[in-house]
Amino acid sequence: MGIPYSYSFRNLWTRRLTTLLTASGMGLVVFVFAATLMLTEGLQKTLVQTGSPDNVVLLRKAAGSEVQSGVERSQAALLESQPEVAIGADGEPLLAKEVVVLINLKKRVGDKPSNVVIRGVTPTSLKLRPAIRLKEGRMPRSGSAEVIAGESIARRFKGGGLGETIRFGMRDWRVVGVFDAGSTGFSSEIWGDADQLMQAFRRQAYSSIIFRLRDSTAFDSYKARVESDPRLTVEAKRETQYYLDQSEAMSKFLNILGMVLTVVFSIGAVIGATITMYAAVANRVTEIGTLRALGFQRKSILSAFIVEALFLGLCGGGLGLFAASFMQLITISTMNWASFSELAFSFTLNFSIVWKSLLFSAVMGLVGGTLPAFRASRMNIVEALRAT
Amino acid sequence: MAESTPPIVRIRNLSKGYRRGTQVIPVLTGINVDIDQGEFVALMGPSGSGKSTLLNLIAGIDTADEGSITIGEVEITHLSEGELARWRAGNVGFIFQFYNLIPVLTAFENVELPLLLTPLKRRERREHVEAVLSVVGLADRMEHYPSQLSGGQQQRVAIARAIVTDPEILVADEPTGDLDRASAEEILQLMDRLVHEFGKTVIMVTHDPRAAEKAHLIRHLEKGELSVS
Repeated sequence: MGIPYSYSFRNLWTRRLTTLLTASGMGLVVFVFAATLMLTEGLQKTLVQTGSPDNVVLLRKAAGSEVQSGVERSQAALLESQPEVAIGADGEPLLAKEVVVLINLKKRVGDKPSNVVIRGVTPTSLKLRPAIRLKEGRMPRSGSAEVIAGESIARRFKGGGLGETIRFGMRDWRVVGVFDAGSTGFSSEIWGDADQLMQAFRRQAYSSIIFRLRDSTAFDSYKARVESDPRLTVEAKRETQYYLDQSEAMSKFLNILGMVLTVVFSIGAVIGATITMYAAVANRVTEIGTLRALGFQRKSILSAFIVEALFLGLCGGGLGLFAASFMQLITISTMNWASFSELAFSFTLNFSIVWKSLLFSAVMGLVGGTLPAFRASRMNIVEALRAT
Repeated sequence: MAESTPPIVRIRNLSKGYRRGTQVIPVLTGINVDIDQGEFVALMGPSGSGKSTLLNLIAGIDTADEGSITIGEVEITHLSEGELARWRAGNVGFIFQFYNLIPVLTAFENVELPLLLTPLKRRERREHVEAVLSVVGLADRMEHYPSQLSGGQQQRVAIARAIVTDPEILVADEPTGDLDRASAEEILQLMDRLVHEFGKTVIMVTHDPRAAEKAHLIRHLEKGELSVS
């Protein structure tokens, strides 16, 4: 048995102001680290929740997103008649031919313009996304210049609110309803009648085809068959995978940015921890000599100081996570580079981020505490006892 | 004829010097001494005479340049650093001038420290600690931190820590040097009791003639050489 953990913990408590200041420095780094992960998690969660695993998205081959894609009407008709497409209660195929266009709208705050997705939908579109429900107003009438807006659009963009008018495609479109899409990417979209929108934007082709699989396990064989059919130039993805791919570029960017910041900050925090631990060793030279004289081996001294540094790091980790947890209250909007449109999402904290942050803080403590701990363990007993 | 017991400490031709740059300054030269079991020995001498160095060598926290030290059956001059640490844990109790208690641990926890190096279970450790704290008269101060105790009480806790593993030898470096006369007297009486009642061998470095009077034997060190008075 070595030196009890209470020795390490109580020493930190005894020097609580120094401990708090050092832990705060480390906490700041953990805050940045956790906030970055929470941002990436929030983005991925928002985009992945947007899709349903039973739905399949068909895009033109090599088109990264719906905005870049085009599916000819003839191909759309062929795809509609495939046996894998589920049939709804009304006997119609659960398939929607949608068109996606980007328009520019001004934000309510700051008057800054930003790209917004306009999605031309059919009545089946809503059946394919059961999580979406109309919150206010009504659905657009077929053949009219009416749209419904996602909650995030209604709240943040001029003309997006119920009863307001948005001008695009050389026409004025009245917002007749606001829909609740939870924390999905649809919240940042405006939906209108697909045929009306195709006319307004002079589109000859759909952007994407979305359908529900009759049997979810049939996806792989369906994909293989459709993608090798010489009459078709489409690529099939499960809707969840499609939206996950959408988040990839931005997640990567956020991760790199966050990690660069974290690494730079962590160097400072580790130096802080090292200074604190060197001071702890310098103040306890006689104690170290006494413990060694009593028979504790060098490795016991080493581990006692390393445990102390780990505790220090974990205190920082706890502080950082506590501060970062408040970030969940914040929703931010940014450009989704895959679709070039505005996307709103929240910081999301989960168990994986908690343990990664605590592990990171412990590693910072460990790195900061290793050199001082080695110094403590290598002290000459007689010289240490003379320091009284 | 009664069989004589061998001395517990046997020191032969012991030399120790300290290096200062390229120069070696001799501290102890050719020391030969035997200390019997149950003896209370005072080491006296002027500052720099090497008495603390001799005490450190006997306690196994310093290493000799030449010669041998045998404690009981073990020649400690041949032990490695790790072996010396294990040997100290079971065979030597330390009493320091400034008590050297760990300030963040209670009296109980300070006394328990050496027992953490033994295979004793928690309950057994508690029994041992309570017993020695009773011996030093501090059974009611177990949960006190060193800062909540007087100098004399702290030194008594240190003595309890020194005897908790039941070592044969106690080494004390100026144990009364930081205490007022009354507390010093109490500590010396306690050490005397450890020798007479518990059969401990005590080797004490002191400048204080009153402390030395308690010892059975006073040995003087001067210029690295030992004499008996």
